[in-house]
Amino acid sequence: MTTSMLWRAGRRLLLIAGLPAVLITAWWLATANSTNFYWPPLRTIVEVFGPTWLEGKLTSDVLPSLARLGVGYLAALALGIGIGVAIGSSTTLRATVEPVLEFFRAIPPPVLVPILILFAGIGDGMKVLVIVSGAIWPILLNTVEGVRSIDEVLRDTAACYRFRTRTRLTTLILRGASPQIMTGARQALSIAIILMVISEMFAASNGLGFTIIQFQRSFALPQMWSGIILLGLIGVALSLLFRLVETRVLAWYFGQRDTQQSGA
Amino acid sequence: MTQSPRKTPKDSDIMSIVSTLTRSTPEPAMSTDDTGQHTPMLDVRGLRKVYASGKRSVEAVRDLTFGVDPGELVCLVGPSGCGKTTLLRCISGLLETTSGEVVLEGKRVSGPPEGMAVVFQEYGRSLFPWLTVWQNVELPLKEKGISRAERKRLTTESLAAVGLADFHTAHPWQLSGGMQQRVAIARAVAYEPHVLLMDEPFAAVDAQTRGELEDLVRALWERLGVTVLFVTHDIDEAVYLGQRVVILSSSPTVVLEDVTIDLPAERDQLTTRSLPRFTELRAHVYERVQQAKQGNRPSTPTATS
Ligand SMILES: Nc1ncnc2c1ncn2[C@@H]1O[C@H](COP(=O)(O)OP(=O)(O)OP(=O)(O)O)[C@@H](O)[C@H]1O
Ligand SMILES: [Mg+2]
Repeated sequence: MTTSMLWRAGRRLLLIAGLPAVLITAWWLATANSTNFYWPPLRTIVEVFGPTWLEGKLTSDVLPSLARLGVGYLAALALGIGIGVAIGSSTTLRATVEPVLEFFRAIPPPVLVPILILFAGIGDGMKVLVIVSGAIWPILLNTVEGVRSIDEVLRDTAACYRFRTRTRLTTLILRGASPQIMTGARQALSIAIILMVISEMFAASNGLGFTIIQFQRSFALPQMWSGIILLGLIGVALSLLFRLVETRVLAWYFGQRDTQQSGA
Repeated sequence: MTQSPRKTPKDSDIMSIVSTLTRSTPEPAMSTDDTGQHTPMLDVRGLRKVYASGKRSVEAVRDLTFGVDPGELVCLVGPSGCGKTTLLRCISGLLETTSGEVVLEGKRVSGPPEGMAVVFQEYGRSLFPWLTVWQNVELPLKEKGISRAERKRLTTESLAAVGLADFHTAHPWQLSGGMQQRVAIARAVAYEPHVLLMDEPFAAVDAQTRGELEDLVRALWERLGVTVLFVTHDIDEAVYLGQRVVILSSSPTVVLEDVTIDLPAERDQLTTRSLPRFTELRAHVYERVQQAKQGNRPSTPTATS
């Protein structure tokens, strides 16, 4: 029994890590003897990774970027869910606001950067605003959809048992809409990461995006590549973290879905 | 009221647990007021409901008038689509009436009233899938402001009463349809309502479970002295359960007949159902419902239009 479990764990590990291992090996071998200036050997990139990022730049660039990402993402969550619940709960509000929302959602957030610089300057505030302005839409629209699709019978139940407003909000509305909210939050996370980098490329004095651009301009190509790899790693780590939260928050939802699929 | 200690001849576990359930809230309003006049627990007067959506309007209920006395168990039967659910939603304050009114314990219903619990037709969808069985039953008690210790007692007892003592930590979607229905019943019972409304609660469970649940409802009703309005389209079930059966016409709905079920209070799936009187009553109700389906209106006009 334990051997079969080991087998299965091994199989899973192979499935997860297999393709990345192949790709890294291919990259390593293909660039091993590269003299192309723009495609330095992976070995060189790995060698500069530690000295570039882990000494000094971790606190001067990586952490400020992550802080702006965190603040922007959380603000987008709070605003998106708050406004989404309000719009989703009212039919009239929804009818008036929805076309306008679709319009704003259709605007690519990077084009807002120059405008936001006008209003919010070039400080941290502007970068957080850029992140919020892009990440809020999937959260907001999915929340509206989630609130709207809460079962009528559940609403009636909450009304019959005279749930207090607070309980209605937490136990009925937010939990009921949580599957859609999580879908929106997942889309918003990748948008937020992209915007974190982009906002730092326009006007900034520190940050991951800023540093990568600096390396590119000073032709420090191995360092630039190592920055791109770092961004990728941050993305993977955050999406793993997200999945961890999701499996906890939506345990009931996945459980229900699985029983419905296996039964009847 | 039915508070006198009564011995339970049925020896199943559920029934013996039911008999341990005790009522801690005050009894429902008296059946007579100061002037000695008769006041029903629930009074439906001239209720009319028209669904209006855009240009189309559906008159679901035309004119319903009936009353339910405190502690009574009344069954409502009527053909499918005749407006039974509509009626219950009006009574429970979830739906506004077009005209007429619903009076509960002397107060006009304008929103979900205190002291009322509803078991919905779509019981599976009325349970919160993100809460456990225990939490589903306990939550309304929290909202009612019941103390922690009391909540624990009520939840434990009512779940035991419906035979789900071992399923506290399960989620509703891990249970069968019949079990989900029992959770919904346990939730309603734990709430200690004065009036319990049930909308075709057993339509989707198998015959065996159905019989058990019917006896469970009778036992809980006798034990708690709660007023029950039980909606069904099953004539057998209505006659077996009720003290009275109110027969509704097809939509637009009026009351066709109010039949008193003069069967012995002690009901049993086998003996009661084989009584000649049971057969008679069932045949009578069946006939009226058949007439209703063919669109017969009552000969004595209760509706004016
Ligand atoms: N929200 C609504 N809007 C418009 N018409 C409705 C609505 N709900 C119900 N109706 C109509 O009102 C009538 C009565 O419906 P209702 O659900 O009350 O019947 P019912 O007796 O409970 O039926 P069943 O036995 O199938 O549960 C039906 O003709 C139905 O089409
Ligand atoms: Mg119905």
